[in-house]
Formats: sequence, structure tokens, C-alpha cells
Amino acid sequence: MTPDIGQLALIFALLMAVYQAILPMVSSFKGFQAGIATARYLASGQFIFLCISFACLTYAFLTDDFSVKYVASTSNLSLPVLYKISGVWGAHEGSLLLWALILSLWTVAVCLFSRDLPAVYLARVISVMGFISVGFLIFLLALSNPFEKLPFTPADGRSLNPLLQDPGLAIHPPMLYMGYVGFCVAFAFAISALISGKIDALWVRWVRPWTNIAWCFLTIGITLGSWWAYYELGWGGWWFWDPVENASLLPWLVGTALIHSLAVTEKRGAFKSWTVLLAISSFSLSLLGTFLVRSGVLTSVHAFATDPSRGLYILCFLIIVVGTSFLLYAWRSPSLKSESGFHFISRETGLLVNNIFLVTIAACVLLGTLYPLILDALDAGKISVGPPYFNAVIVPIALGMFAVMAIGFSLRWKNDSFSRIFKRIRILLVFALIAGLVLPSLWLSSYNVYSSIGLTLASLIALVAVTTIYQQKKSYSQISGSVWGASIAHIGMAITIAGISITAVYSHEKDIRLSYGENYEMAGYSFKLIDVTQHAEKNYQASTGLVEVFQKGQLIAQMKPEKRVYDIQNNPMTEAAIDAGFFRDLFVALGEPLGASSWSLRIYHKPFIRWIWLGALLMALGAAIAVADRRYRKTAART
Amino acid sequence: MLKRFIPLLIFIGLVAFLAIGLSLDPKKVPSPLINKPAPALNLPQLFNESELVTNSDMLGEVWLLNVWASWCAACRAEHQVLNAFSNNHHVPLIGLNYKDSRANAKQWLSDLGNPYQKIAFDMDGIAGINWGVYGVPETFVIDQQGVIRYKQIGPLNDEILEKTIIPLINKLQKAAS
Repeated sequence: MTPDIGQLALIFALLMAVYQAILPMVSSFKGFQAGIATARYLASGQFIFLCISFACLTYAFLTDDFSVKYVASTSNLSLPVLYKISGVWGAHEGSLLLWALILSLWTVAVCLFSRDLPAVYLARVISVMGFISVGFLIFLLALSNPFEKLPFTPADGRSLNPLLQDPGLAIHPPMLYMGYVGFCVAFAFAISALISGKIDALWVRWVRPWTNIAWCFLTIGITLGSWWAYYELGWGGWWFWDPVENASLLPWLVGTALIHSLAVTEKRGAFKSWTVLLAISSFSLSLLGTFLVRSGVLTSVHAFATDPSRGLYILCFLIIVVGTSFLLYAWRSPSLKSESGFHFISRETGLLVNNIFLVTIAACVLLGTLYPLILDALDAGKISVGPPYFNAVIVPIALGMFAVMAIGFSLRWKNDSFSRIFKRIRILLVFALIAGLVLPSLWLSSYNVYSSIGLTLASLIALVAVTTIYQQKKSYSQISGSVWGASIAHIGMAITIAGISITAVYSHEKDIRLSYGENYEMAGYSFKLIDVTQHAEKNYQASTGLVEVFQKGQLIAQMKPEKRVYDIQNNPMTEAAIDAGFFRDLFVALGEPLGASSWSLRIYHKPFIRWIWLGALLMALGAAIAVADRRYRKTAART
Repeated sequence: MLKRFIPLLIFIGLVAFLAIGLSLDPKKVPSPLINKPAPALNLPQLFNESELVTNSDMLGEVWLLNVWASWCAACRAEHQVLNAFSNNHHVPLIGLNYKDSRANAKQWLSDLGNPYQKIAFDMDGIAGINWGVYGVPETFVIDQQGVIRYKQIGPLNDEILEKTIIPLINKLQKAAS
């Protein structure tokens, strides 16, 4: 019964979305006021129906309704309640429903917070979002129905993939989708701007907070994913250049460019058509990511169960949405004239260069991700592109970008001079060089050029951002949210860069064989395997090791790496033990038993790895603080 | 003024590749073992533990090696195809039971029927590594000289059998006679 209600609600949501896509848009051209006013009601209606639908699916999971095919294939009687809930979005169909729900949530949020937007404009924005929703709801109902029934009801389900049975991963997809789908708002505003042929400072003030929030969620989502891969996959790495990871990085990179380009458009009325292009591109890349993950065109550890008809559908949808947008862009963008020029040495130039760097990195990531597909399509052979390509190509470009980032943040709008900049940063540069060149040679075991450059630039970025706050010569409460946000985000980036620079170069890892009572020395730590014991848990069997870690003879940690075999899917899973610290992580993963009383172990020493995620969270925080800037609220009050 | 069409043109190019990519399977990597002598099996049999299955048993005949396991969902779907095949064609079909337990494997065969002449039992997946097995089920066609002629990754179906494997077997048998 409940699944039927869910299915019916989904159909009603689709009907609402169809009206939402057509009626307000058509009315906005005809000047039909009643039609324009329907936008927010249709959006709310769609949201309510999707909530009902989502609630029904969740209910089916909680009550173990295995007559529903999706529940039977992703849940199981013995699954803990938390994972029954996160199981709702644990596979293709349900995650798509979550996607549609979040899109609808964003639409309703736009309605609520944009009451002062001209009605015609709002109608068009809501219509565009409705159109996207129609695409996804048809996809859900026709090709990925989460409410599809089985001809017979199995006694028990197949269970959630054990990799996904993890609290971090329970919230990773919702965060990621909030980010992906959030770029739809900027996209819808960009399309509306192209239709009306006009972009002014007010438009930018509408778009900036939405873009920031979306970017904030995407940053958190990617960070969670990276953290999860680190502790759950048991490989000890934090980024694998996997196609699906890249698919989330692409909209992030272009979204970052968009945030910076919007700043120029707001303050200086420049880069207008470029800003619109970035807004379209960041959402298009979100859609492309969806295509790559769900069509099976690339191999990835993350890929969903694939079905060619789904791939074909998303590709067609991609062609309609992105193709139309770019066509509209080609037709209308000449009407978006920039209002002001700028000198060569100015913040505008800095941000332009930043944009070029970001887009170049995005292009390189895209090329690397699609290269196997392109070669295969040209019948030129099967290859896979891995970390060596990405590291070789991305690292030098990124270092260039960081250099511009440090200097650019201290540049003034419109016109600046080298001599002023030099005066501004010369002392900071000295400190940065000490931090990057001198300290590593004192602290760290060996010297590495890339690491040193990374640390120098990270220090410079952080110092410039900190002194920017200080140089405002205002009390802290008077400094605008934008300045706080930007500074904090830049400090966050600096922390991430510092973390990467050290972790990537100075980590130790070792595959070893230890008998009970035997120990192994690495990076000043002594790892001693005490024993490995077997025990059974609710839905898996586990072997748990006990490893004691000594530093200078002192016991500093007892680590319990685990190897699990889940009952239903019979997959072995590695639960690494991590002794986390601000300056270093120790990481122990259990390998295979080698005889009666010895095991193979993989041990890592990862200095500064926490900084990568800590910095990323600061970036997200910065974006959120910038949203709270008074001027966005002032706009609302004035109009 | 062509400049503003650049994003559209890039996108069209991208879509062209994605469209072609849809029709290809990235998991299909050509096996380096094709036209190479088949790696040795030398494994105990599933039912008769003291007897070995070795390649030399089949020398002089065209034969198939099917890699399967009781934990493999796709193997279940494939199994009916194999049952029908072994009823209609008199080509040795050897099973390689991969990373499985004897009890589960035997139960599976008694439930679904046994199309195999012999089954090699590879609990540790050692033969699997030598044969380059990475997706179960997989099926190999080996000729009279013990050379691998074809490898199918993923389940067999009637279409693959009719269009590829049976014509290949016929060709190999004719070539010998």
C-alpha cells in the first residue's frame, strides 16, 4: 500500500513539475499575471508530493517491505536502523529520488527567500528549475522506479553494500547532491538573465548567496567523500583521481571560478557573459557527472549498477539542457555588455587569471577522466589514466594558481601598482619563505622542492588573508561578511595546501608481516602486534587485531584494525584503525593471516593529513559566512 | 563572432564521444591470453577430491572452461544457458569453481543442475590469477592444441553462443579434420 502511495505521489510531483516548467515561463512572455503567480504554488506542491514519495520509500525500508524490488536489493532484516535510512539513497533509484527531492527543496528555498525578486524573473527561474525536475522525474518513473514491485516477496533482502555501511557515507551523498543540485539555482538565474538580456549588480546579489551555499555543500560533500575513502577503503590515500571523484571535483572547480567571477561582476560590472557561461557550465558539469556515474561509460569503484538505456536517457537530457543553454548563450550573450574597463595590474586581472587557472585545471581533469573513453571511441586502444597523469599535470598548474591567489587577494580593484603590492607583501614573503624553505629542513627528514614551494605559497596565502582582516582598520563586527568569508576560505585553502604538501611527500607506508608479540619500527614509532581475535557482530563476522604503538618506549596508542566479512554479500571489508592527531595520523590495516599466529599488516604514518579536511571545512565555513553579508539582506529590504 | 559558439561546439564534440562511449563497454579489456597456450589447471575436482583436472585431459579436443561460483548472482542467470548448451552440444564443458566452498558449490549444482563434465575446485583463486579472471562468470574457448581462442567476460547468453562461440567451435573442429 505505502509503495503505491509513494508511486502515485511521484506521478503527481511530475505533473506539478510539468506545469511548473511551462506555465510560469509562457506567462512571463504573455504578461499573464495569474500564470506568473502560480510558480511558487506549483513548486511547493511538487515539493510536498516528493516529500510524501520519499517518506513512503523510507517507510518501506524501515518496515522491511521486500515486495519493493529496490528495498529487497539494498536492505536486509539485520541491517542497523541508521543504514536502513541511509539505504534509501544507497543505490541508483533512491539516490535519484533524493536528487529530485533536493532539487525541489532548492526551488522552494528560492521561492521563500526571493519574495522581493521581480515576479517575472522569479517565474522564469522557477520554470527553468521545473524543467530540470521534469527531466529527472521522468527518468525516475520510466527507467529507475524505486517503487517497482517484485512478482514475489523474498523473505529477506540482499542488503546494503558493506562499503556504504558507514556513518560518514550516510551523509556524504545528501551533502554532495545539495551542492550539485544547488548549482541549478545559479544556472536558472543565468538562463533567466540570458532571456531578459540584462545583468546588473542586483542580479549578482541574488545569485551570489545561492552559489556560495551550493559551493559550501559541495565542498563538505567532497571532503566527506575524501575522508571516507581514507578510513573506509583502507588504502590510506585521500584522493584517488577516480572518475567519480573527478566528476564531483569538476563542478567544484568551475563553481569556485564562478564565485570569483561573480565578485567582479558585482563590484565592477565586468566579466558578465563569462559569469553566465560559468554558471551554465558548473551545473552542466554536475549533470555530466551524473551521466558518468550512472551510465557505465567509465570504470570506477563508485559506479552504480549500469543500464545502457539509462545512459542514453541522461545523455539525451544532457543534450537538451546543456545544448539549449549554450545555444541561448551564443544567441544572447552579446547583449551582456561589460560596463567598465580595468588596468593590467588590478584585482580584476588577478581574478581573471585565477579563473583561467581554475578552468584550465578543470579542463585537464575532464580530459584525464574522459581520455580512456575518447581513445576507446576512436578505437585507438584501451588505456586507463591514473594519478601519474593528474599529479604531473595538475600540480604545476595548481602551484601557479596558488601564487596568483596569494598576490591577487591583496590587489585593489581597477588600478593598482607593483610597488604598492610589493610593499604590502614583502615582510609576509619573508615569513612565508622561512616557513616554506627553512622550517622543513629543520623538521622534516628530507628536502623536497614541490613540498617547499607548496608550504611557502600556503603560508603566503594565509598571511595575506590574515593581514587583510587586520588592515581593514575596523572593529571585527564592522568588517563585512564577504571579507570575513573570503579571508577564512583563503586561510582554509592555505591549510589544505600545507596538508597536501606535507602528506604527499613525507608519508611512510609499509606492508609488513608480524607474528604475535613482534614489533616493527617506522618513522620513530614502534608497532607491536599483540594478537588477532575472531568475533561475530549483528550482520558480519570480524577478525580484530590489537596493535600497540610505542614512541620512545612509551605506549601512545592501542589500535584495533578489523577485517569484516558481511553475512549477506560475503565481501571482506577492511576497517582500518586510525590514531588521529593534529600533526599526524597513524593508520593500521589488517591484511591476511599468514599461518597460525602471524598476519600481514599495512601501516602508515601520515603527517598533517587532517589539515587537508580541516582546511576544506574552513573553506566551506568561509562560503557560509560570506552569505551572511549584510548587503544581501539590505537588497532584500530595499526592493 | 564565432567566439560565443565555442562552448556549444566543445559540448557537441563531448557529446559525440559520450554517445560512442555508451555503446562500448570499458570493462571489456582484450585478454593477453588469446592465442596463447592455456595456463595449467592442475586442481582437485569438486566432487572427487583426490582426482585432478589437468589441461592434458582435454588435449585433442575443442573445450570450454567456464568460471563460476555459488556467490555469483550473474552465474545463476547464466546457468540455464549452460545446461541447455551441454544438452545440445557434445563439447567438453569444464567448470572452474572459483573462490567458493565445496558445500555451497555442491548445493548449488544439486539445485540448478550440473552441465559440467568436470569441475576444478579453486578455493584460493590461484588458477584464476593465472587465467586472468577478474569478473565472474567468464568463459574460455580452448582449441585442440590447448591454445585459448576466445574469452567471454560476464554471463553467456543464447545470442553470444549462437553468433560467436558455436561458430568458433565448428570452425576449430573443421580446421583439425
